[in-house]
Formats: sequence, C-alpha cells, structure tokens
Amino acid sequence: MIAASVFDLPSYVQSSFLGLIVTQLEVSLGATLAGLVISLPIGQLCSRLPKFYPPVLGLVTVIYSIPSIALFVLLIDITGETETTVFIPLTLYTLAILVPGVVDGIRSVPPNVLDAANGMGYGRVRRYLTVELPIALPTLMAAVRVAAVSSLSLMSIGATIGSYGGFGDLFILGLRVFDSRLIWLGLISLLVLSVLCDLLLRWVQRLLTPWARTLRSVG
Amino acid sequence: MSLLNYLRQFFDDPAYRSGYDGIWTRLLEHCEYSLIALVIAAAIALPLAILSGHSGRGDGVISMVAVIGRAMPSLGLLVLLAVELQISLTVTMIPLVLLGIPPILLYTHAGIRAVDPAAVDAARGLGMTPWQTVHQVEIPAALPLILAGLRGAAVQIVATATLAAVVSFGGLGRYIIDGLYQFDYAQVVGGAVLVALLSLATLLVFWILDRLLVSPGLRTR
Repeated sequence: MIAASVFDLPSYVQSSFLGLIVTQLEVSLGATLAGLVISLPIGQLCSRLPKFYPPVLGLVTVIYSIPSIALFVLLIDITGETETTVFIPLTLYTLAILVPGVVDGIRSVPPNVLDAANGMGYGRVRRYLTVELPIALPTLMAAVRVAAVSSLSLMSIGATIGSYGGFGDLFILGLRVFDSRLIWLGLISLLVLSVLCDLLLRWVQRLLTPWARTLRSVG
Repeated sequence: MSLLNYLRQFFDDPAYRSGYDGIWTRLLEHCEYSLIALVIAAAIALPLAILSGHSGRGDGVISMVAVIGRAMPSLGLLVLLAVELQISLTVTMIPLVLLGIPPILLYTHAGIRAVDPAAVDAARGLGMTPWQTVHQVEIPAALPLILAGLRGAAVQIVATATLAAVVSFGGLGRYIIDGLYQFDYAQVVGGAVLVALLSLATLLVFWILDRLLVSPGLRTR
C-alpha cells in the first residue's frame, strides 16, 4: 500500500528525489570520510602516547553529547544555511565513534609483529601503511560502518534548519502538509540507503583484507 | 563575537525571564520530558538486560538492537507518529523512550556479562540465591557500565527532547524552532546554548553518580 502510494507523490518530490539521495550521500558519507581523515592521526597519537587517550576520549564524548540541532543552528551564524553547516557537526560526531575505533585497531596489532617489521628494516611510514593499518582494518572498518550509518540518520535533523537534511527534508515536509506518505518515503529510503551503505563498506573491507577471505575458506 | 551579542540579547530580553516562555518554564518542561522518558526506558531495558546478562543469552539480539538504535532517525519517527496517530505528548514520548532503550540494553548486558565469573562462583558457594547473586554481586560489579548506558540514554533523550518543539510541544527546543520561524536569531542562539548546557549538565550528573555509587574497589583497576 505504501509502495503503491509513493508513486503518486506530489511532483515536486518526484523531481527532486534523486537530488535528496545525492545530498544525503554526499554530506553523510563525506562527513564520515572527513572524520576518518581526522581520526587516523589522532588515534595514532593516542596509541603512541597513551596518556593522551583519556582526555581525547573525554573531549569527543562531550562533543558527541551536544545535541546536533544546537550545533547546526549555532553554525548558521558562521557558515550560513548551507550543506557545510550540517557537514561540520556530523564530522565532529563521527570522531566519538572513529577515534576509539582507530585506537582499538592499532592496539590489536601484536607487538611481536611490529618487532618483526622493525627487524626486517621497515621504516616508520612503511610499517604503518603495510603492517599496522592492514591489521587494524577490521576493527577500524567496523567503526566506519557504525559512523556512516549513524551519520546518515543524524543528518535528517538538518531538515529543521532549512533543506539540508537529505531524506529528513521529507519528514519536515510531511509534517507541514500533514501527509504521512512523505514521512514513510523518507524513512524507508533512509533505511534502504543505510543498508546499502553498510553492504558497500563490508564489500570494501573484503577487498582490502584479501587474507581474511583465505583464512575463512581454509578454516 | 557576534554569537555572544546574540546571547546577551537573549538573556537581557524580559520575555524569557518568567512566565509561559520563561527559561525556567522551558527548562522544567525539557527536564520533565527527558526524565519521564528515561525512567520508562530504564524500566523496560534494565530488567531485560540484567536477565539476559545473568543467563548469558541474547548477545546477538542485543547487538542488533544497538545497531538499530544508532540507525534510527528520531526526527522521522517523531513526525511519523505525530501524523499517523495524533499530536499528543504521550505520542511524542514514544520515540524518546525507544531511543533510550538500546544504550541501556547494550551496556547493562555487557556489564553483567563481564562480571568476574570467580566472584559469581564465590557468591554461589556462599549459598546465595540467584536473586541475591544478581542483586549483591553482579549489579554492583557492573555498575560503572550500567551507569554508562543510562548516561548514553539520557544524553540521547535530552538531545531529542529538543525536537518535541517540532511537533508543537515545549522544552528548550521551543526557542530554536520559534526563533527560526520568526527570523529571531538571538532566540535561536539562546535556545541552542541552553540545550547544549543541559546536555553537559546531564554528563556531569552521571559523572557525579559514578563517583558516589560505584564501589571504590572497582575504581583501582
């Protein structure tokens, strides 16, 4: 019933549906990627110098606890009603998931593996890229998947400050015109997109860790 | 700093000093919604998680609920229920409660599961009944994680209670939503800062609870 009624939606939604998908993916996956780029060096620092980890963890937890709507509206003054206003808080929120992910990942590298790499004459950069990062990858990717899915859903709150909530725009529109089909459409689209993103990231993880596949097929 | 100017303008405005649109009224409304939702969520999730943690079953279901909790678009659920059922405070409480359940379930379950099995064995050896074991050994030992779960739930609920204003109810979100509609940015900033402060206060309350309630023996580790 819901699926059938989606097709007789008002034309202004039909024509912009693709646009909503693009905005949704662009902002939430972009924020996850930006969060990852920031988390990698922070996580590396925290696992090298463990005394930095508790304060960093405390800071990202505090940031995560600030309601998104508050950060969105405070940023309007600086970045205006643009995608950036939604992008920045989403990036900050992913840190609370990604920084622990990076640290746990790097901590999961056995010390004797690092010793072996040192013994083989690996430099710091090469050891990081070819030994530490690949071993940390499964833990890291699990965190990336959680961050991506929660960004997709958190982004919808951006609809309250204008039209940068991706499918969240349909929630506010649905409330305004009091038509639950629009809200159902937004919720279902968001769900489908979240599942697809999760599957995509699982696939990326499989591509990046070919040895895990061999191990599974042998064991 | 123009944000500070807006903030001063908001706090200087006598309209927000008292009465219907006063800061205290809105703050109390916000706390009321949040507390009711947290108590209901805890009443549902705590017994379930203690039971599942004690029996060691349900790991899969609980981690699935946790993922659903992270992925749940609270704004979507809030407006959907408002449009499909009715615009009432009871209906508005549903997403708040649903949002609070996953963190409490996840952390409490993990906490009880992680209790040292030797301590549970010792309790059984002392002749404690299963209820006494749960009540006097497992819950106190799992308390840091139980509180972490309640804190996560409380923070989520306080943040989302802001959205009650989207479907016409009060709370501090009222300032943000009204301010956006009226192009009154001072009101928006005032509301946002108050909501952010309330969230930080929530963290602080749980930090204090942790200091007061958790057995000092658990802290040395």
